[in-house]
Amino acid sequence: MTPLLSVSGLRVGFGRDPKQNEIVKGVSFDLDAGETLAIVGESGSGKSVTALSINRLVDFGGGRIIGGSITLKRADGSILDITGAQEPVLEKIRGSEIGMIFQEPMTSLNPVLTIGRQIEESFRLHRGLTGRQATAAAKDALDRVRIPDAARRLKYTPNQLSGGMLQRVMIAMALACNPRLLIADEPTTALDVTVQAQIMALLGELKRETDMGMIFITHDIGLVAGIADKVMVMQAGEAVEQGPLGDVLDQPKHPYTQHLLSAVPHFESGRAARSDFSREKSEAIVPALKVDGLTVRFKVAGSILSRSPGSVHAVENVGFDLMPGETLAIVGESGSGKSTTARAILGLVKPTRGSFSANNGRIVDGSDPSVQMVFQNPYASLNPRLRIDSILAEPVIAAGGRIDAETRAKMVALLKRVGLPENSLLRYPHEFSGGQRQRLCIARALMLNPSIVVLDEAVSALDVSVQAKVLELLVDLQHEYGLAYLFVSHDMAVVERIAHRIAVLYAGQIVEIGNAASLLSNPQHSYTKRLISAVPSIERRNQHFELDTRQVPSLVRPPGFEPPPAEWQTCGPDHRARAEA
Amino acid sequence: MSYLARRLLTFPLVMLGVSILVFVAIRLVPGDAITAMLGTEAGLLTPAQRAALSAYFGIDKPILVQYWSWLLGVLQGDLGISVIHGKPALTIILERFPLTLQLALMSMCVALLVGLPAGVFAATRNEKISDLAVRIFAMIGQSTPNFVVGLLIIYALSAGFGILPTMGEFTPFLTDPLRNLGQMILPAITLGFAFAASVTRISRSAMLDVLSDDYVRTARSKGVPKRSVIWRHALPNALIPVVTLSGVEFGYLLGGAVLVEQIYALPGLGRLVLEAILQRDYALVQGCVLFIAFNFMVVNLLVDLAYVTLDPRIRLGESN
Repeated sequence: MTPLLSVSGLRVGFGRDPKQNEIVKGVSFDLDAGETLAIVGESGSGKSVTALSINRLVDFGGGRIIGGSITLKRADGSILDITGAQEPVLEKIRGSEIGMIFQEPMTSLNPVLTIGRQIEESFRLHRGLTGRQATAAAKDALDRVRIPDAARRLKYTPNQLSGGMLQRVMIAMALACNPRLLIADEPTTALDVTVQAQIMALLGELKRETDMGMIFITHDIGLVAGIADKVMVMQAGEAVEQGPLGDVLDQPKHPYTQHLLSAVPHFESGRAARSDFSREKSEAIVPALKVDGLTVRFKVAGSILSRSPGSVHAVENVGFDLMPGETLAIVGESGSGKSTTARAILGLVKPTRGSFSANNGRIVDGSDPSVQMVFQNPYASLNPRLRIDSILAEPVIAAGGRIDAETRAKMVALLKRVGLPENSLLRYPHEFSGGQRQRLCIARALMLNPSIVVLDEAVSALDVSVQAKVLELLVDLQHEYGLAYLFVSHDMAVVERIAHRIAVLYAGQIVEIGNAASLLSNPQHSYTKRLISAVPSIERRNQHFELDTRQVPSLVRPPGFEPPPAEWQTCGPDHRARAEA
Repeated sequence: MSYLARRLLTFPLVMLGVSILVFVAIRLVPGDAITAMLGTEAGLLTPAQRAALSAYFGIDKPILVQYWSWLLGVLQGDLGISVIHGKPALTIILERFPLTLQLALMSMCVALLVGLPAGVFAATRNEKISDLAVRIFAMIGQSTPNFVVGLLIIYALSAGFGILPTMGEFTPFLTDPLRNLGQMILPAITLGFAFAASVTRISRSAMLDVLSDDYVRTARSKGVPKRSVIWRHALPNALIPVVTLSGVEFGYLLGGAVLVEQIYALPGLGRLVLEAILQRDYALVQGCVLFIAFNFMVVNLLVDLAYVTLDPRIRLGESN
């Protein structure tokens, strides 16, 4: 029996001379109906280019297939040679027989067209539907991806929906005409972990319903365990290993596969939490940072014809304290208010209410040198036109200091401490790798001898192996200088490795806070439970994710609204959760 | 308060600023209205006669008093009496305005009808010979003064085809549409030439940006044919800069196009302003400038409102 899709010896090149610039170097695989193949690899491994070659979208990105063949068994049983097909034929195949979903739902939908029109388009093109029939079909497609209130949502434009909703719309669109093959290119990478679990659940269910073949591209080998039947590992344009899921995950043969499997920090439900600090044994009595009743609200502007509907309650009555030498992780998904909390503490956002005080009881404001910050993107947070010595001098000058021999000695010492050569001072940011740049950012944050460092997703933009080294450095520096870290992150596996305590933020409020090991191993609040169960793991094979269509509640409240005071329940020595109705 | 209301409230403030500027500026220029009116004969006036004339036109009073009485008049819709024409300034302006408006609209049509397709075409042929040709043509269009274009067009038509552009007394559109269009088409093309070149360049670069956006790839992955990808998915996203540019250019055109009106002997706002300045017709100059500023503000407001309909993400008046 011929497989649904057969790729053999595929070679793809880019640019004016594609043969000189080969990105995919002879990849072969087969895919049957109802089967899921996961293609795993790092950025630049050629996995996306392979996928884009299957529906020949690679042509539009400047790529050219220079060797090998791709054949698709069409719905009518005929075999189509995709590598040699003309554009009009390909236009008929795309959308009707091969569907595709992309990484960024926020940018993958046309911002000026309603989602209804975008879904209808598939039915118009491939099914010849028009008018009401097309609209009805679009509504059915949205129902199918479990979007509540589908008829009304058809009139929405993409900016009115959340990332998770948009990815469902993308899936609805890709599946509109029941393609026999679905290509999903990192479909959940840009999404929060709970939303990721929902999208994975949805894909799994739809696949069972329709018996389509699926190619799932990802860099997250933990995610692969949950959905794939077969795995192909790619490195530098070649498939270094492929086989059934169990074989590849349990007995990886190629060293690169082994490396991929070992470099990823695995979530261990609190067993890997740090135990090098405890509040009882700490000598400090006064917290490094005490936050009380922090509330940040943004007024929503009215439209041309209407008044303001109220305010976004981005952060609501958040309070915690942070001891010297301790790491408090703030976790939560996008829109939960975790970054706003960090920004408010740094004085980058003006809080509506609430107070902070640093170790000596002073009220902290934005210019306080005892609080410093490291940002998420090391590529964007260093001025490319400044030399490293100027970058490190910046905080000193901003604090009213001067650059003297002592400061220069400090720069040299700090660079050495974060593991960079001394001659780095005379170089520019572009001469450093991502991990090195993040080290520079850490050195910059330490120039003023802060007691508190706010790390906003500080390792999220780094590759997994680099991530581990930077985390190590952070732990060492914490011991050495007695730093208090406020670590904002969405990645539970990373949080487990750096945090002593964890605060879970949901819809602007802390729902659970406490000792990391206790909170991760024994979550109490329903949201924390959902968050933890959504973390993918290679232990859970072909897991049946629970489908959950709950939406994050809107944070817009009418003017004058005050939320009821929170009720807390104690669940351990240092662990409490908000009582739920 | 809603955006529209706030925006409309700024109108009078801006107009007030403009009125002060123009009132002061015109009086800083050496020479006076009486000399300008009477030419060399002004030298024959006795000081008493001169004073009498000044009193008659109200230009003997302190500048603040003059400004105040003029402002009161403006508020009642009276822009003053043109000393040269002996008619209310507003009446004269409104006589000339339809032509200028028509010319501006026609030039914009020419610019969009030529510039948009050319820009879109060039963007889809990125870096190919045809793209290069369009870009060179656009560069020439932008850098050639429009009076040169106008003269070349007239020359080409008369010398090459023996057709003479319709000249003579200007005919309003409503009186004789065909004759009117015959008179207006060449000036519109002349003005639209540089305008089209700008539209070409900006729509090309906007389209190039948009064509590499993710949603264009999504559209292709659905099997949307090339033409629909370009016109339905990409172009609406590339229109914002085109609208911005067209709005500014259109606003300028509403202020009249002196050189082109001169070449084609059209009695538009541009020539009116020029004459008024040369003849020191204070009331008329002030009236024209206020009128032009007002038009500019209306056009800007329309452009802002157009953004909202073009892109649902834009919500006016939101402060971030």
